[in-house]
Amino acid sequence: MSATSHATPRRPSGLRSRKRQRLAAVGLVLLGLGVAVGLFLSAIGDNLVFFRSPSDVLAEPPPPERSFRLGGLVEAGSVERGGAAIAGSRPEIRFRVTDGANTIPVVFTGVLPDLFREGQGVVTLGRLGPDGVFRASEVLARHDETYMPPEVADALRRAGHWHPAQGAPPPPAGWNTMNPRGGSGG
Amino acid sequence: MIAEAGHFALALALALSLALSTLPLLGAARGDAALMEAARPLSHGVLLTIAAAFGFLAWAYVVNDTTVMNVVQNSHSLKPLLYKITGVWGNHEGSMVLWVLILAICAASVAAFGGNLPSVFRARVLAVLGWVLVGFLAFILLTSNPFERVWPPPPDGQGLNPLLQDIALAIHPPLLYVGYVGTAITYAFAVAALIEGRVDSAWGRWVRPWAVASWAFLTLGIAIGSWWAYYELGWGGFWFWDPVENASLLPWLAGTALLHSAIVVEKREALKIWSVLLALLAFGLSLLGTFLVRSGVLNSVHAFANDPERGVFILGLLLAYVGGGFLLFALRAPAMAPTGLFAPVSREGALVLNNLLMCSLAVVVFLGTLWPMFADFLFGVSISVGPPFFNMASFPLVVPLFLAMAVGPLMPWKRAALWPAVQRLWAAAVLGLLGFLAALAIGGWNPLPLLGFAAAAYLIGAAITDIADRAGVGRTTLANAWNRARGLPRAAWGAAIAHAGVGVCLAGISGMGFATERIAALSPGQSVAIGAYEWRLEGVRDAAGPNWTSRRATLTVLHNGQPYAVMEPERRFFPIGRQTTTEASIRTNILRDLYAVMGEEEGGRAVIRVHYKPLAPLIWIGAIIMAAGGFLSLSDRRLRVAGGARRREAQAGVPA
Repeated sequence: MSATSHATPRRPSGLRSRKRQRLAAVGLVLLGLGVAVGLFLSAIGDNLVFFRSPSDVLAEPPPPERSFRLGGLVEAGSVERGGAAIAGSRPEIRFRVTDGANTIPVVFTGVLPDLFREGQGVVTLGRLGPDGVFRASEVLARHDETYMPPEVADALRRAGHWHPAQGAPPPPAGWNTMNPRGGSGG
Repeated sequence: MIAEAGHFALALALALSLALSTLPLLGAARGDAALMEAARPLSHGVLLTIAAAFGFLAWAYVVNDTTVMNVVQNSHSLKPLLYKITGVWGNHEGSMVLWVLILAICAASVAAFGGNLPSVFRARVLAVLGWVLVGFLAFILLTSNPFERVWPPPPDGQGLNPLLQDIALAIHPPLLYVGYVGTAITYAFAVAALIEGRVDSAWGRWVRPWAVASWAFLTLGIAIGSWWAYYELGWGGFWFWDPVENASLLPWLAGTALLHSAIVVEKREALKIWSVLLALLAFGLSLLGTFLVRSGVLNSVHAFANDPERGVFILGLLLAYVGGGFLLFALRAPAMAPTGLFAPVSREGALVLNNLLMCSLAVVVFLGTLWPMFADFLFGVSISVGPPFFNMASFPLVVPLFLAMAVGPLMPWKRAALWPAVQRLWAAAVLGLLGFLAALAIGGWNPLPLLGFAAAAYLIGAAITDIADRAGVGRTTLANAWNRARGLPRAAWGAAIAHAGVGVCLAGISGMGFATERIAALSPGQSVAIGAYEWRLEGVRDAAGPNWTSRRATLTVLHNGQPYAVMEPERRFFPIGRQTTTEASIRTNILRDLYAVMGEEEGGRAVIRVHYKPLAPLIWIGAIIMAAGGFLSLSDRRLRVAGGARRREAQAGVPA
């Protein structure tokens, strides 16, 4: 084949010392690591998703183009299923997320996860609209009904609903019956 | 009595494992054949006792023994028998018992079928497996005793999480655990070689079957987990870059690298130190995965019941095994001089590139998965790293990987030229272009999935080229080539099939890029459409199963206006545990999935979400093809028996 003339035949590795080969191996490992870390750093900056409690959002509203995770409890009695008035329209669900001190209205279009319930802990992913309404693209589900997302527990603690000194956070099922504004967690 | 017997069996297994972890080592150091031989009966004894413990636990589940805490928390008398049994490993304690059971099975099979291993080496491998068994049995007995009693016994159990009452979830953990445990075996081979201070081509030959088996099972386990998420969670996705998914992906990446580098060890006696390191890393990543899942340090949809104490214990095991392995590595590796030298452009060079890319990919996934934890510790901020990060960061590594994995198998060992190998790929390149154009014509402009289709067609084409090339198609008569193809070593077929499986899987993933979904609130008689398909809601009715009731929607699917199928998505309510699950309805014809989910009902309307997913089934079919390639190459006799290999190798060329 004429093609072989294109290739530079490698010389037998007689001249290539073991030391050089070992050096090359270390160099390759470093190269691989370097490439991986470089890719990590270049991609992580724009794709970090911060967790915010309603109080955080009100204190320091994130820019509208930045998506973040909003978490807290679904305020009891706040869930409205609208948008079903017109035939075949997209179902829009509105609810408010609270950490006991502040609330943020949320609008979500889609099928809610199975464990979504009023008074239950929830984490939503989306962006804050200019009108102060959080447009959720995802409402995160958990496998387990007794599971409280740690961030939500933390947000509740910071809002003064619960303090580590009082022991473990109450089970989420217990939050169902609590008045989200009344601070009955004390 | 059952529970106490099980508890006792576990304690006995621990005692036997302690003996297994010391006596053979002592024997190997002193050259005492009797002590070394003790490893075999001891590992069989460990298997017997752990199997007994597992049997007792399963029995407690089957008879719904409510005096056992584990049964109370995870089972219920009304649960179907199948899920009573699979519920044994649907929880933390039981799954750990399954884990050690599989480890004991593997150890016993090393003892029983490792006849071709030198007896000193076999004794050391089994002793290292004994250490691993000791650690995990102690973990079970000290922190996660599945046989704990509860008094007074409650009238009935609390039931298994309904999401886990599913056939895929019944087989997903055992497959995954075989994969994880496989990395423990390669770890044991690596540590035994370090103790001995010698790694040679025979080591590569011994390790390879275990690396391939572990990899194939991990592939299947991950695929079934992803399939379960696809149909059970009702989100329509197949991979969420969730920490727990990543935890299984990391050992898979390391295992893929290892099974390729072990070939170089076997054929060329090079990359020896690197392969040992990979074997240590793969096991470390398996343990890390276990740690991440059980400790709750990372937020995941899969969270087991979390317990920091267990997390600390597993972290301790991780440090002991991997730290100990690395210490030994640092002491012994410098003495193991590399003997094989090679040129960068060669089969082994391509395998090094594979290793480099796989490991870089693993580092990226590792950093992205653990970054939230580091950020929390270092900066006290609560963040998460989502799919966009992983897609963006892995893309630049995956592209050269796909390009190279087609070229590598076509290059000869020792010294090769790149151009002739690339030249032989012209047919694959044409196929790739056709894939691109076909997808463009059908699906329209969408750059990433189109590139994916091109790569998928190219990979499948390259795998066919690989086999055709070895068979000598074009250089001899077709009948002759056919005979030669049939005579190729199974490992060669296995490699080509696994590589083609990657292409098939990639085609499915790319198809997902063209998926569309609609969501609508429908009253009976109304419909929602995607393309030529229209879903008409006929009505919603009540239905009931053994331990659930449900609201079930009946959807008539119309294709170009003609009735085509009936789909019945439902929402199930499990009174025990008061949970609701979404049961998606899926209609597939391999080339596309129709997928329907029912949401909540309000004022006589039901929320219905429908998806049209071209080629989605190929994702899992591709993974099964990959695993089948692995199993096929396992059946290659050269991988089982040390002798009789050289002649065939020289004849048929060597598989990658």
